[in-house]
Amino acid sequence: MNDVVAVVDYGMGNLHSAGKALEKVASGQRIVITGDPEQVRAADRVVFPGVGAIRDCIGVLRETGLDQAILDVVAAGKPVLGICVGMQALMARSEENNGVDCLGVFDGQVTFFGADLHNETGNRLKVPHMGWNQVRQGMAHPMWAGIANGARFYFVHSYCVTGLPDDEVAGRCEYGFPFAAAAVKGNVFAVQFHPEKSADAGLTLLENFLRWMP
Amino acid sequence: MGLAKRIIPCLDVDAGRVVKGVQFVDIRDAGDPVEIAKRYNDAGADEITFLDITASHEGRDTTLHTVEQIASQVFIPLTVGGGVRTLEDIRNLLNAGADKVGINSAAVKDPEFVRAAAERFGSQCIVVAIDAKKVSAESESNRWEIFTHGGRKPTGLDAVAWARQMTDYGAGEILLTSMDRDGTKNGFDIALTRAISDAVPVPVIASGGVGNLQHLVDGVQQGGADAVLAASIFHFGEYSVQEAKEFMAAAGVEMRLGNL
Repeated sequence: MNDVVAVVDYGMGNLHSAGKALEKVASGQRIVITGDPEQVRAADRVVFPGVGAIRDCIGVLRETGLDQAILDVVAAGKPVLGICVGMQALMARSEENNGVDCLGVFDGQVTFFGADLHNETGNRLKVPHMGWNQVRQGMAHPMWAGIANGARFYFVHSYCVTGLPDDEVAGRCEYGFPFAAAAVKGNVFAVQFHPEKSADAGLTLLENFLRWMP
Repeated sequence: MGLAKRIIPCLDVDAGRVVKGVQFVDIRDAGDPVEIAKRYNDAGADEITFLDITASHEGRDTTLHTVEQIASQVFIPLTVGGGVRTLEDIRNLLNAGADKVGINSAAVKDPEFVRAAAERFGSQCIVVAIDAKKVSAESESNRWEIFTHGGRKPTGLDAVAWARQMTDYGAGEILLTSMDRDGTKNGFDIALTRAISDAVPVPVIASGGVGNLQHLVDGVQQGGADAVLAASIFHFGEYSVQEAKEFMAAAGVEMRLGNL
């Protein structure tokens, strides 16, 4: 496996962790952190992370032409992994920052958890949703290989993906209400949690991504 | 089933070395933060917090190097606090691999700094650390004040109002330390933890005073904390993180045990 794996760098925060975690599980693949659309297009696999506000993320992607590079990679059928705000950016639209049109790879919506969130026993839930929560796998998928159904992953986010068709929800999480913790569509897999911060379960998912042949 | 409460071991680091001696039985180098962070990760810690107590400027570069080393080898969230004063300090720590940055006295000095930091880097990585001390008399209703300089310097700021202001300004999490309880092993200040937790919409980490595992349970169940931070009970090997998690789970607290 001499694949080149591009981690898309668009200036939105900490790519060190994603890069290091991929390096840790790589077996011959070359991990390249890049903001160059051509390098992204040329890569065999693409990891699309993100933190921060969606308007800034989408703005930088459009400015740099990385938005089109990502769409080209998706269209070319190469494996793509969206992480956190990267997942949200792949949806149709986010209600953050008074509404932002996103890349539209998925037809999902990105919605706020709400200021008055409660669990089933009536306890108030804090936002951001921060910490380790369980992911119920919605389907058997090579990305879940070796990962227990219900394994905990590390989340930190105030907005979440809803409104995906059932066959695109690869994993569900619950925080006040159910939301998509993982989405899949052909060669694109996207996760709301941070696999690079989710200890063994997260590293296994990243390793699965490096082997995934959609 | 739901979000697990977190256990966060805290390390004091001075120029790249862990101080306040960590005493694991078979550790090679008890001062090496990378090795200790790895051990805590293996033991099931949900996050790791570093309190950088380095005074010198040169020492701060060492800190960045240490953060980089840990972030390359330990794949759980890492918070670094201590001496964070400028947006550049935050950027350097995040670039080195910290996931969250703790701001303490710089926030007291200039609350707008927190707003600027949250706008620039996102609330998810801005933790405001609050050191509070009870200032009300026994006959009065509870009132706590913010103190700086290790609890020596009063600020006149009411702790509950301050916590609210900081989350209004964009803090994504509050690290709450009771200066009355810190180092006492008498347990968290539960009334303080409850007051702050009820007052803010973001997660609260309880800190200061942990002496046994029931204290951790109380911090969550009575204090309403979302996470508990402890140093000495783990460093000196009195309890392992795993034991603490099992104890809390048995008491009915949702915890991450293994991967589940």
